[in-house]
Amino acid sequence: MEDIKNINTLEELRKEYEDTEAEIADSDNIWDKVKNMIKSNKLAAVSLVVILLFCFCAIFAPFVAPHDPTLQNYDNVRAKPSSEYLLGTDELGRDVLSRIIYGSRISLVIGLVPTTISMVLGTILGLIAGFLGKKADFVIMRLADIMLAFPSLLLAMVVMYTLGATLVNIFIALSVVSWAGTARIVRSQTLSLKEKEFVEAARSIGVKDYVIMIRHILPNCLPSLIVLFTMEIPGSILSESSLSFLGIGAQPPASSWGLMVVNGKQWLFSEPWVAISPGVAILILVLAFNFLGDGLRDAIDPYMKE
Amino acid sequence: MEELLRVNNLKTHFFTKKGVVPAVDGVSISVPKSSIIGLVGESGCGKSMTAMSIMQLIQKPGKIIEGSIELEEDNLLTYSKDEMRNIRGNKISMIFQEPMTALNPVYTAGKQVREAITIHHSDVSKEEAKQKVLDIFRAVGIPEPERRYNSYPHQLSGGLRQRVMIGMAMVCNPKLMIADEPTTALDVTIEAQILSLMKDLQKERNTSILMITHNLGVVAEVCDYIYVMYAGKVMEQANTFELFKNTCHPYTYGLLKSIPKITAEKQRLYNIKGVVPNLMRLPKGCRFCPRCDNAVKRCFEEEPSLYKIKSVVENSGEHYVRCFMHEDSGVKYDE
Amino acid sequence: MVKEFEISGGNFFGKNKPKVHATSNVNISVMDGETFALVGESGCGKSTLGRLMLRLIEPTSGYVEFEGVNINELKDEEMREIRKKMQIIFQDPYASINPRMDVYNIIAEPLVTHKIYESKEQTKEKVKELMAKVGIRPEFINRYPHQFSGGQRQRIGIARALALQPKLIICDEPVSALDVSIQSQILNLLHDLQEEFKLTYLFISHDLSVVRYISNRVCVMFLGKVCEVGDTEELFGNPLHPYTKFLIDAVPKPDPFLRKENKQLLQGEIPSPVNPPKGCRFHTRCPYREDICKELEPELKKMKSRQIACHLVKNV
Repeated sequence: MEDIKNINTLEELRKEYEDTEAEIADSDNIWDKVKNMIKSNKLAAVSLVVILLFCFCAIFAPFVAPHDPTLQNYDNVRAKPSSEYLLGTDELGRDVLSRIIYGSRISLVIGLVPTTISMVLGTILGLIAGFLGKKADFVIMRLADIMLAFPSLLLAMVVMYTLGATLVNIFIALSVVSWAGTARIVRSQTLSLKEKEFVEAARSIGVKDYVIMIRHILPNCLPSLIVLFTMEIPGSILSESSLSFLGIGAQPPASSWGLMVVNGKQWLFSEPWVAISPGVAILILVLAFNFLGDGLRDAIDPYMKE
Repeated sequence: MEELLRVNNLKTHFFTKKGVVPAVDGVSISVPKSSIIGLVGESGCGKSMTAMSIMQLIQKPGKIIEGSIELEEDNLLTYSKDEMRNIRGNKISMIFQEPMTALNPVYTAGKQVREAITIHHSDVSKEEAKQKVLDIFRAVGIPEPERRYNSYPHQLSGGLRQRVMIGMAMVCNPKLMIADEPTTALDVTIEAQILSLMKDLQKERNTSILMITHNLGVVAEVCDYIYVMYAGKVMEQANTFELFKNTCHPYTYGLLKSIPKITAEKQRLYNIKGVVPNLMRLPKGCRFCPRCDNAVKRCFEEEPSLYKIKSVVENSGEHYVRCFMHEDSGVKYDE
Repeated sequence: MVKEFEISGGNFFGKNKPKVHATSNVNISVMDGETFALVGESGCGKSTLGRLMLRLIEPTSGYVEFEGVNINELKDEEMREIRKKMQIIFQDPYASINPRMDVYNIIAEPLVTHKIYESKEQTKEKVKELMAKVGIRPEFINRYPHQFSGGQRQRIGIARALALQPKLIICDEPVSALDVSIQSQILNLLHDLQEEFKLTYLFISHDLSVVRYISNRVCVMFLGKVCEVGDTEELFGNPLHPYTKFLIDAVPKPDPFLRKENKQLLQGEIPSPVNPPKGCRFHTRCPYREDICKELEPELKKMKSRQIACHLVKNV
């Protein structure tokens, strides 16, 4: 047999295998996972579009809304939906649709800001509790237990009554109430990540504790946090609606959806569109966030499926 | 020796979004009655998938697309789901690597083994079944069988759990027991006990064992005949003594040279260069050729068949090698 | 130079919880430049011992002396300096590198932590150099762990361990999770690196064949205690402690011609480290046990070049 050893081919083939290993590997990148999710999970994709639509309306409200949301027209009070007023008018003759569009600003801001604050707070406390353990863990977790044991709406109400019903105070109320859930989740992730060998490796190199928390533990908590974020937002939106319903949320002339429902409820059976339209808006936005959260969780963090 | 199980040209492919993975690609195995056959290879070679195919436990996106699996005349691939369920645990049983995950943690050991009896023999009463369980516990060397009957898996050590698994597999007196890496997760001294137990059980009950492992020491100790797999195909097959004395395939040879031996002199270990190929991008010719020191041009273009070669050890049965180096030595294996 | 370790304890216990006697009264010395193997089955404490040596966990009593310095008395800053000289390679290539960091960051972390280089370019050069040393193509510097095979990930871990040019590397079962053909690649790599960089290895493994191949001296452990210590070839050629003999016999040899019918096997289960047997910890499994074994723990005695802890072995 002729021994023509094809050395080039051997080297090339070997390199090719090393490369294919990398190509075929499922991407660990969060963005890629999100893209995959959009392709395969129709419900989540639609929800994402809906949320983006609401965001668009919120940002470009002056251009999207057909009428001035504060313009009162006593001749046209509680008018039926028509071509001019697509969702009719409310008890002061204002266009319901425009008020909903402007109201999305409040709802989205209320959805995003307190959630962000509470998650940041919860993450920091959860990391400290999980990583440092012992006393820090004890104190933080007992605090979290107390927060979780309180009926959150009641607590929010107490904060609002004490501080007064302004937007900033709503943020404070909602943040204070919901950091505990995040802290618990982050703590348990930290506890399990702390035992992983790459954390031991970092300690053996001499990396300082707080650097380990930020560089090693936090990025590995990120997938769960992203999912948690999308699932907590509806909670904030609903809480605000409840607070407005009770009169200690947004104050007129602001057109928060919760407030619109409150004001329209007396005409629920005679002119239903006044109360139901904002109610449906809440429903759609909350559902969208829930579905998106489910989809993200399935795509990014299968271990969170409990 | 009479043949118990014959796997003929089995092909199990996985149809994934990224491509087709030919996990088992034309594998033929013969398991005679009352013998221990070894299926050896590294991860990804298809040995576990072959076992799962025999038990027909292949899940989507995997599918057995070709071949036959004959248990004493009947082709198992023609069986219905119910008929196959009757075979599993009864005529063919399987034990796995991780007894902790293979045993249900919320049921006691005794109850799980008893279940293995009652689902196949509905005429047996609970009491009788319990007696059988205690008998098999004694047979597999579980001390204090009555106490262990009521133990939960987490209360048992690794070795005991594996014994429970073996008990569960043997309790219906199967004709064939498939052992998928049964001792890989066990400590050395416990591994020796389990291997000895399996050899004894095989002799006493005339069961055949299909031993699947990556550990060449294990197959050397217990097996009568060995199949060496690589990238979904059988590369070499021979009687154990013949395989170790007259190793022909470059892969088997490389594998043997690259493992540190507790008995040998200190010599620099041989390296099989390169990595196991990704099954979705297999080379055109021989699957092993990019890593082979003896590869020639032909190896990259054509795939060799299994060629029969003359055995060096007497009365050791047939020795086949999938390599062009041995093409001229003899008869081609009829696949 | 001698690196001496006198450790005892490593117990983990709460106020009223039972103690896990991970290692007890272990005294061993590791010489400069050698490969010292710790071998034993589960519960023997070898992994715990490895981590105690690096002070990744604190001992209950005793201390570790590294190049003449008692590291258990050092403060954080001083300890961080010493850490540069001792590193560790782990068993699980999938868990020992952070999945969210790319290769550059993983290998550069020790360099960045100790501010070895001033510029990022210098660090990058060093990282590429290390990658080439362990056999990973430097073009892969921005790839993530999931894009590599197990063997390659282990190489990344080795590169990280080499970054600070340590004197001692603890190898905690570095090849146990790898395929057979990859094991030999990594073992050869470790051997070559030792020669090139004059490293000292503490090699922890349960695989006796690997231990025989790679080590100069071996320490056999059982349930937290040292049974026998000695030169590798001598120990494997003539094991004195009953446990060592059974351990070597039990290993399945890849040679059917060495099959032994009716081999004497070690019976019984491995006792739990929570409640170790009184007296010699091995006596419940030892077929040669006598009365003294049940009562008194044997001390580690020095007999010529061997150290052995057994009442029954009188002389070499």
